[in-house]
Parts: sequence; structure tokens; C-alpha cells
Amino acid sequence: MSFTRRKKTLALTAGAAIFAMTIAGCSSDGDDTEPEATDSATTEETPAETGGEPVTLTLATFNTPGYNSVEQPNADYEYDLIQEYMDLNPNVTITYDRKAESGDARTNFFTKLGPGGLADVEMIEVDWMPEVMQYSDLLEDLTSADTEGRWLESKVADATDADGRLIGAGTDVGPEAICYRASLFEEAGLPSTPDEVATLLDGDWANFFEVGQEYTDATGNAFFDSTSGIWQGMIGQINPAYEDADTGEIIATDNADVKAAYDQLTAAAETQSTGFQQWTEDWNAGMSNGDYATMLCPPWMLGVIEGNVGDAADDWNIANVFPNGGGNWGGSWLTVPSNGANVDEAKKLALWLTAPEQQAKAFANAGTYPSQPAAYEDPAVADATNAFFNDAPIGTLFADRAQAVPSAPFKGEFYFQVNTAITDALTRVDGGTDDPTASWDKAVSEIEALG
Amino acid sequence: MATTEVEPRRSQYTWRDKLGHWDVKASPYLYIAPFFIVFGLTGLFPIIYTAVISFMDWDTIRNTGEYLGWDNFQFVLNDRQFWIALRNTFSIFLLSSVPQVIIATFIAAMLDHNLRARTFWRMGVLVPYVMMPVAVALIFSQLFADTYGLINHWLGFIGINPIQWHVDVIPSHLAIASMVNFRWIGYNALILLAAMQAIPRELYEAAAIDGAGKTRRFFSVTLPQIRPTAIFVIITSTIGGLQIFDEPRMFDTTGTGGADKQWLTITMYMYNTGWGQLNFGRAAAIAWLLFLIILAFGLLNFWLTRRLISSDTSGSK
Repeated sequence: MSFTRRKKTLALTAGAAIFAMTIAGCSSDGDDTEPEATDSATTEETPAETGGEPVTLTLATFNTPGYNSVEQPNADYEYDLIQEYMDLNPNVTITYDRKAESGDARTNFFTKLGPGGLADVEMIEVDWMPEVMQYSDLLEDLTSADTEGRWLESKVADATDADGRLIGAGTDVGPEAICYRASLFEEAGLPSTPDEVATLLDGDWANFFEVGQEYTDATGNAFFDSTSGIWQGMIGQINPAYEDADTGEIIATDNADVKAAYDQLTAAAETQSTGFQQWTEDWNAGMSNGDYATMLCPPWMLGVIEGNVGDAADDWNIANVFPNGGGNWGGSWLTVPSNGANVDEAKKLALWLTAPEQQAKAFANAGTYPSQPAAYEDPAVADATNAFFNDAPIGTLFADRAQAVPSAPFKGEFYFQVNTAITDALTRVDGGTDDPTASWDKAVSEIEALG
Repeated sequence: MATTEVEPRRSQYTWRDKLGHWDVKASPYLYIAPFFIVFGLTGLFPIIYTAVISFMDWDTIRNTGEYLGWDNFQFVLNDRQFWIALRNTFSIFLLSSVPQVIIATFIAAMLDHNLRARTFWRMGVLVPYVMMPVAVALIFSQLFADTYGLINHWLGFIGINPIQWHVDVIPSHLAIASMVNFRWIGYNALILLAAMQAIPRELYEAAAIDGAGKTRRFFSVTLPQIRPTAIFVIITSTIGGLQIFDEPRMFDTTGTGGADKQWLTITMYMYNTGWGQLNFGRAAAIAWLLFLIILAFGLLNFWLTRRLISSDTSGSK
């Protein structure tokens, strides 16, 4: 080796420089995320007469909650709730971030809940509420005297943790009615106007399946869309269903009510089910092709049916009835993570957005049905009709259905894993992979492996 | 080295000498340090972290865990779903990689001819690769729907009963493999084509003069000459095949691998355990098992590669 001294020194310096640059390059990563927020905060005008420091709030949602037309570029929203809040509170700037799917939002939520980095106001869905509940201490308590009695009882119960803290401000709910095709009912010799169908299906699930059998015998076609869809309605009425509310232990496999519902459904499904799975191409096509005559219908399903069917079938209708009482499918809350920078302002925003007046506007925008009974009086909701469903008075119809929703069954941390195991079992029977008994046994061993 | 010649007297060495000494010793390490620091942060740390978590009941949100020992591994190895996932992964891998390499070689051989509008055809085979996987999944879900799918519709014309793509095991694997093949055949064909272009044309001329036909020239000249590239293509498609995730996940709307786990792969099983059940300890254990499986397969490939290449050099003499 024959380095001259100069070369050596140079080499050492260069080495050190590269080393230093690498370290710098690595560490600078973490700091780059901040400026966004501060930029918009500084460009904001000086505090107006309403007072308050200028703050920037971030609001994260998914699907179409109906707040601002960025959610659906093709739809023309009547109201812009985001702008309205900023006009009312000139010191507040809202950055609205909306994800297309709730699954993406869920992953994001659980990734950042611990270390931080969530939006100031985060929307969560009923499907992952039981999991969120395990971390209720990381979210703000939204209880306030002003909001006493604002929401449906079941909506509040679902978002209240063991210590009585309300961690979510309810946005929408999904009270279920029955959607059906009038022409198919006629062909089967069944009554077909909404009122007649409501009377016909008024009763328990046994009655529903009896009507279904009558329909199937007359036409040879399936009566309902999918077993997992119907199961959703049945399990929502069983309390307790899968877990013991006090101990949190899984009781699903020993619960006679669950097994009875499973047996009842698989027996009926043999002739009355399409064998389709929801959200598949076949299920979509079957909506227009007359493969099935009924499905469980929360308010948001109306848009799904209209979008799928288009002009192919104009006789979908909706009956103000639900077997064995009522049921809820879907719905969301706004939460405020405790490690946010502007917790107090964020709470104000969450509570404002979920006030009856605002939720009525969101309903007018995107059809998300309010969880606030006071909103049902609002003309925007009360007078709402749906042209595609033969001008069904959906505003008053779903208000009735919302009042019929039973008190929410207990859902613990394993609720959705157990539910997936059982709907998988139903799908296996539907597809002919297994008979009902073998399929139930598989589900039992899957459920026993949980926990 | 010079320092060993005389008895060292420390006082004789100036600070500069010492610096120079350490420079010779330390500089090389400093030069290679950037790679190892980046690797340590982005590669090694996650691997070790995953290993630690895999022995714990880990709560990723609170960043706390309880030591469990080998429980997670024991659970996974006793779980029916793990073995089904392993079976599915290998089945989909075989159904995709084997036809993929064969068809890609064939297409590359076709493109190697003097075609009109050569660049057009060559770029054409790459189009599926540029398409977004989500778009591919959308198209294929229309094709492979059980009742109203196009493929079952066509099969009906030739009197074949509709195939239950989302119920039966092998048909679901075939459907997923066709998605994978659609995406990767063109890409592999281009790599193989590049190898074919590098074959000296004299070899073909000599073979032609010796009376070898087109087929004979393909098997006796083209194939042996592209062997190293073919091995590369095989290895990359093996790794890709064992980590298959996008296509089976988007094969139905729930993305959990079917009601009877007909098309659950190992990466999906890991994802469902981690993000579905928020059980990151167990998911980490699955990640390690997958790592070991790929490692074993990699070693097998390495051994095969060496065998094939040595037979290549001895064969050409």
C-alpha cells in the first residue's frame, strides 16, 4: 500500500463525510412530515373576532359520509359541511382526508393509534368498533351535557366502554327493511304492494322462511340473496351471541340460540338461497336477472341496488318490515384520538358534525341515514323519497325501522372472527363443499382455536 | 509490516502516524459502512424485531408484549389453515410458474424472428405487466364469475358444465394462476428474448448447414444458450410465486381466501392473522416460517443452478 499522506487524509475525510451524510440522510426522514400542518396554519388569516388561536384540524373518513363533494366527484352535493364549519369558525382550517375503503382506514387507524400520527378526528366503523373498544383509553371521552339524548340508545351503547366513557360520536346508522321485487312476487302469486308485503312478512324468521318456501315452490327460484346476508340480520337479534358480556369468554359454540339460528337458516337455504356470495359478480348480476326476490336493506343498500340494476329491472321496492323486529347493518362514529395536537377543537368539530342538523344535510348529500332521532323530523329526512324504489317514503320508513332496532348485542374482541368462521360455514353449505353438520364442526374447531 | 521490525517505542510515533495507522485499518470499514448502516436499519432490524415479537403475545398498538416462548410457532404448526395455505401456495406456484416459463420461452422464440413491426410486438407483450393488479383482478373477476362469468358462458357453448371457480380448490387455483401468468409472461418473455438476441448467429448458420431444422435448432442451439437467463427467470418466479398475495386476495371481495380456505396462501394467512385478528406475535411467527421455507427453496434452487450450469459448460465442449 502506498498512500501518500495527503491522499490518506483526503480519504479519511471523504470516508467520514460519506458516513456523516448517511447518518444525516437517515435521520432527516422523520422530520419531513411536519411542515404540511404548519404551512397551512401560518398562511391562515389572523384570528377573526370570534376569537381563538388559528388551528388546523385534520378529519379522516372513508366511503361517502356526505360531508364534502370531494367524496364523490360525479355527485353534486347540496351542502358543503366542511366549508360551513370553517365559515362559522374562521380560526379553524380543516384538512379533509377521505379513504375509499373502510379496510384501508382500519389498517391506518390501528397502525397509528399507538405511536401517533392519526388525524385529529377519525371516523371508525361498526365492524371494527369491538376492536377499537380494547383501546378506548387512547381515545377522548366525548360525553357532554349538550349531547344528552342526541343519539339512538343502541348507537350510544355501542360506543360506550366499560368505564362509561363515550368514545365515538355517532354519525349514521343502518336500520334494515326488506327490499323485494314486485313482479317476482306477483309471478309467485304473492301480494306485491309495499303495505301488503309488510303485512305478509310481519312475524319471526320462521314466517319469513315459510313465505320463502311458498315463493320457491311456485317459481323454482331462490327467495333471498345469500345466506351470509340473512345471517347478518338473524345474529343481530341474538343477545348474548358469541361472547359472555361479563367474562369476555367465547360462548358461541355452546350457545343454543346461535346453533338454532344456524340450523334454521341452513334448512331454509337448501331451497331458498341462491348460493351466491354478496358483492360478487354473480350477486350483482342476479339483482337484475331475477335470481332472488328479497334482500335485507339498510338505507345505504338502496344506492347499491340502483347502481347495479340500472334500467335492467324497475320493480325493486321496499317494505317497512323486518323479521323478528329490527336490525342494524353498518354505521360509523367520529372519534378523537387523545394524542392529537388539538384535542379540544377536534371534539368541537366531531360534535358539530354529528349534530342532527348537520347529519340531516349529510343524508341529503349522500343518503347516510342519521343516528340522531331529532334529525328524523328535519324535512330533509322526513320528506325524502326514493324515485328508483317507486317513490318509497324512505325518510319515514327508515325512521320506523330505526326505532325497531333492538338494544345492541354485546360484541367483544373476538366478535368478528367468530362471525367470519360462522358465515364461512354457511357459505360452505351454500356452495356444496360441506353438509351443514360437517361445516358447523369445522367452524367450531376454528372458533376453539381463537383466544 | 514495518511496525513489527523494531521494538516499538510509543513516544516515537506522532499523532499523525497514529492517525495514518488507524486510517489504513479503519477507512475500508468506513467506506462499506453506509450500506451496512442502511441495511441494518431497514433490513436487519425488522428481521430481528420480528423474531423477538414472534415469541410474544404482542400488542402493536400499546407496544407491549408478554413472553410466550414457542407458543406462537406451536399454534401455527398445529393450525389446519397453515398447512392448507402451504398446499395452496405450492399448488398456485406450480400452476403459474411452470406454464409461465414455458410460454414465455415460446413467445420469446417467436419474437426472435424477423417480424414486421418488431418493436410493436415486443412492447405489446409488456402491456399486461404495466396494468395495475387491481384492474387485472377486476377483469378476471368478470371472467371467472361462477354463474354469470364469461368463461363459464363459453364453456356452455361446447357443452361443459359451469365450473365453480370460487368453490372448488383446483379451479380456484387455475383462475388465480391465469391472473399471475397474464401479468408476468410478457415480462419474462422480454428477458428471455434479450438472451436469445445475444446468441451468435453463426451457431444457427452452422447448424442449418449441418441440416438442422427449425425445431432442432431451437432445442439444440437456442435453449442451451439461454440457460443462465432461464435460471434467473425461474428463480425470480419461484420467489414471487411463494410470496403470492395480490391476486388471491383480490379473487373475491372478502379477501380471506374463500369459505373453506380454498385459495388462502401463506402471505394471506400472515396478513389475516396480523391485520385481521391484530395478532402480531403469531403473524411474526408465520413470517419467520415463510422465511425459512423460502430459504430452503432458495438453497434448492442454488444447488439446481450449479448443477445446470456445470452441465452446460461440460456439454458445450
